[in-house]
Amino acid sequence: MTAVAMTVNGKAVTGDVDPRTLLVQFLRENLRLTGTHVGCDTSQCGACVVHIDGKAVKACTVFAWQVEGADITTIEGLADPNGPLHPMQEAFREHHGLQCGYCTPGMIMTAIDMVNRKGHDLDDPTIRHELEGNLCRCTGYHNIVKAIAAGAKAMAKGHAHHAA
Amino acid sequence: MSATGIGAAVRRREDRRFITGKGHYTDDVSRPGQSHAYFLRSPHAHARIREIDTAAAAAMPGVLAVLTGAELAADKIGHLICGWMITSKDGSQMKMAPHPALAHGKANHVGDAVAVVVAETPAQAKDAAEKVKVDYEVLPAVTDPAKAQAAPQIHEVAPRNTIYQWHIGDAKAVEAALRSASHVTRLALVNNRLVPNAIEPRAAIGEYDAGTGGFTLWNTTQNPHVARLVISAFVGVAPEHKLRVIAPDVGGGFGSKIFIYPEEVVCLWASRRVDRPVKWVAERSEAFLADAHGRDHVTRAEMAFDAEGKVTGLKVKTIANLGAYMSTFSSSVPTYLYGTLLSGQYEIPAIHCEVDAVYTNTVPVDAYRGAGRPEATFVVERLIEVGAREMGIDPADLRRKNFIRKFPHQTPVIMNYDAGDYHASLKKALEIADYPGFGKRKRESARRGRLRGLGLSTYIEACGIAPSQAVGSLGCGVGLWESAEVRVNPTGSVEVLTGCHQHGQGHETTFAQVVCERLGIPLEHVSVVHGDTDKVQFGMGTYGSRSGAVGISAIVKALDKVEAKAKKVAAHMLEAAEGDIVFKDGKFTVAGTDKSAAWGEVALNAYTAHKFAGQELEPGLKEGAFYDPTNFTFPAGCHICEVEVDPQTGESEIVAWTAVDDFGTVINPMIVEGQVHGGIAQGVGQALLEGAVYDQDGQLVTGSLMDYCIPRAHDLPTLKVDMTTTKSPSNPLGIKGCGEAGAIAAPVAVINAITDAIGTEDLAMPATAQAVWQALQKTQNRQKAA
Repeated sequence: MTAVAMTVNGKAVTGDVDPRTLLVQFLRENLRLTGTHVGCDTSQCGACVVHIDGKAVKACTVFAWQVEGADITTIEGLADPNGPLHPMQEAFREHHGLQCGYCTPGMIMTAIDMVNRKGHDLDDPTIRHELEGNLCRCTGYHNIVKAIAAGAKAMAKGHAHHAA
Repeated sequence: MSATGIGAAVRRREDRRFITGKGHYTDDVSRPGQSHAYFLRSPHAHARIREIDTAAAAAMPGVLAVLTGAELAADKIGHLICGWMITSKDGSQMKMAPHPALAHGKANHVGDAVAVVVAETPAQAKDAAEKVKVDYEVLPAVTDPAKAQAAPQIHEVAPRNTIYQWHIGDAKAVEAALRSASHVTRLALVNNRLVPNAIEPRAAIGEYDAGTGGFTLWNTTQNPHVARLVISAFVGVAPEHKLRVIAPDVGGGFGSKIFIYPEEVVCLWASRRVDRPVKWVAERSEAFLADAHGRDHVTRAEMAFDAEGKVTGLKVKTIANLGAYMSTFSSSVPTYLYGTLLSGQYEIPAIHCEVDAVYTNTVPVDAYRGAGRPEATFVVERLIEVGAREMGIDPADLRRKNFIRKFPHQTPVIMNYDAGDYHASLKKALEIADYPGFGKRKRESARRGRLRGLGLSTYIEACGIAPSQAVGSLGCGVGLWESAEVRVNPTGSVEVLTGCHQHGQGHETTFAQVVCERLGIPLEHVSVVHGDTDKVQFGMGTYGSRSGAVGISAIVKALDKVEAKAKKVAAHMLEAAEGDIVFKDGKFTVAGTDKSAAWGEVALNAYTAHKFAGQELEPGLKEGAFYDPTNFTFPAGCHICEVEVDPQTGESEIVAWTAVDDFGTVINPMIVEGQVHGGIAQGVGQALLEGAVYDQDGQLVTGSLMDYCIPRAHDLPTLKVDMTTTKSPSNPLGIKGCGEAGAIAAPVAVINAITDAIGTEDLAMPATAQAVWQALQKTQNRQKAA
């Protein structure tokens, strides 16, 4: 077993895990943060995307011990449970950018990272290209693309604190 | 139209939990003391199991049990079944082979589960499974449906690996039409095998309570009650009244989560054996080997035309691959969901369709979004398109010439179309797609060295599945009605219990909209309950675009009863005759007076029962209904795909997509459009990217998302989606259903467009860059040779 310590959604957490434990397993099983999903076993689907020190990473591609001391943000950490939604979350709801909801946490985490890297004025080809690593089987991406473009603009207005 | 009633684009109420990570999927459930199952699967497509030695595995750390088909048989656990009996043309019944939840004696496809290891952790179960020794005698395998009938026999019950030889229609009339035709279009078509790939992998938790003798199954299912029925009545793991099935949030289904699978049976059974909850979550690569696949048809078809271009006959011969075992509804897909739709939107006087269903050493094949109807549409719309090209007629004109104009219309293949306007959807789609401007766009593409093509698909589907008496007469083992219960609370809030199940469709919003419209109460006062057999008494689940047409109709019927009872209560309160009570906008009034009672007051009075005696009126306000449809519904429409092909690489880019669909009454246009988008994406996936490939030994070469390509965002264009409306006369609100349309319409629109661009009809799906490039080389060589 290996001891791990990191910050998740602003809280210091520790655990004692089998060294082969993936970050996504640590989040889901040890911390019971089940909003981060597992949709594949080959790092294709992106349902497990979280932010590690502010960058979008597929949580199925790193071991828990590899992020020792890191600052992790998951979908649960984007907004206060009883407060307003993050603008990107709100945009997905407003533009019907989700159906079954399973890919959605990864989509939203990827979208926020996209805005952080590419800015607030995202055109359709850029968004579609940037979504290379996130699979959705329900929406045909049409409304996800619309949601991300709108969410990016809303983030510029900054009416909620953004995830790093 | 109110802001939250029927027709309003209400934002979804279920979204908050999904966008905040608070969804509750099966894998999110963690039961106290739960153990974990790992399935050891056959690496061979066809092999006799001489011996399984589990001793070393059982001694591994954390292992609670290692179970095989022998233990399953010893405990007298029954086989999985196919619930739709198909009768062959010679009168014999389909040949259903035994399907044990763990292979016993023989493994019949790569991925067939041969043992299960139950351990403290998933990793321990997986580690131990490596220590299970299975002595296989490898047997010759077949995977290609076209070769199955000449291959070594897989199941004792099915000589020539043939499950049934079914037919529909009038063979003689079709032969006569072909003889007297002025033109016949002939095509050999393959409908490629698909892997559904809902993003949430299947999962199950079985839990046995030794104190009560009751079982609970958390399961990724589209129809929890059907699962409970099959598992109790046929598999026999638990009696129906002692089995609770919970389908919490389910992450997409597309048909693949309708079926009753071995893993959920084993988790339940094993939970009693180890006296601990047993959880299993599929890995994606496991899903490729264990989730029912879709399509896989090989077809020859001929369409006869007279001198004016009117279709006079259609002959279809299909071999349908059902895989190694008959999955739950597999038999109905290439028969009553396929042959009966071969009339398309056209008046065709004579149709004959023969279907041979075969066993092969592949993953079982069953319903996948559209189920039979995409295959039928592909046949009809390829024939009409190629016929138009061969006869030099504009493909839109040829369609118009053959459209059904009068309704109801009885086709020669059972279906009675009750309403539609195919001219209207075609006309609108051609306008939106700027059909007249296509020539100009083609020339402009040519200047950039690109080949541009346009493909039409005027599709039809039979949805609102289905009238019980009709499907019963065709062999279906269940009725396909739906149930609803409307529970009004003393405070006036309402719980709607439905037998439908949502796994992306947004029922918690749309079903509530129907209640708001009817009762005049705010959306926030309505909750929709589904997916738990302890809460909802019975239901048939969600598939076949049935939740609106059948599920909502049941809610409407229950609301009728609620309103009738509430009027009685209001009459007592207002001291008026029941017949004088008018209910409108959430208020009960006495006709011709200013006396009124609000909805909430009536609800409270129904429960306090202070204004009436129990002898004259029962207290309470709760009504249930079962709704059985009178007919299928017939959504139809026109999709137009425009592609640009790069002749240097064969790569096809979809540059425009227009969809005009007629779904009857629409409850929430935002959600309906979303369903169309998703359906189109899956259809485009089939046409351009997806195809399950087996090698000659029966190994699934496309066994992960590394090798099997489902569409990404950049594979799809922005979609133009519009609608025309003719209401279904077969249910109270006139709903037709929208869930499958895109997947039905899209593949053939893409292939019609690419073949138009490259100038050859000889192109199979998926039309990858390689396939298109090769097709182009053949045409260029042909042109050079000429």
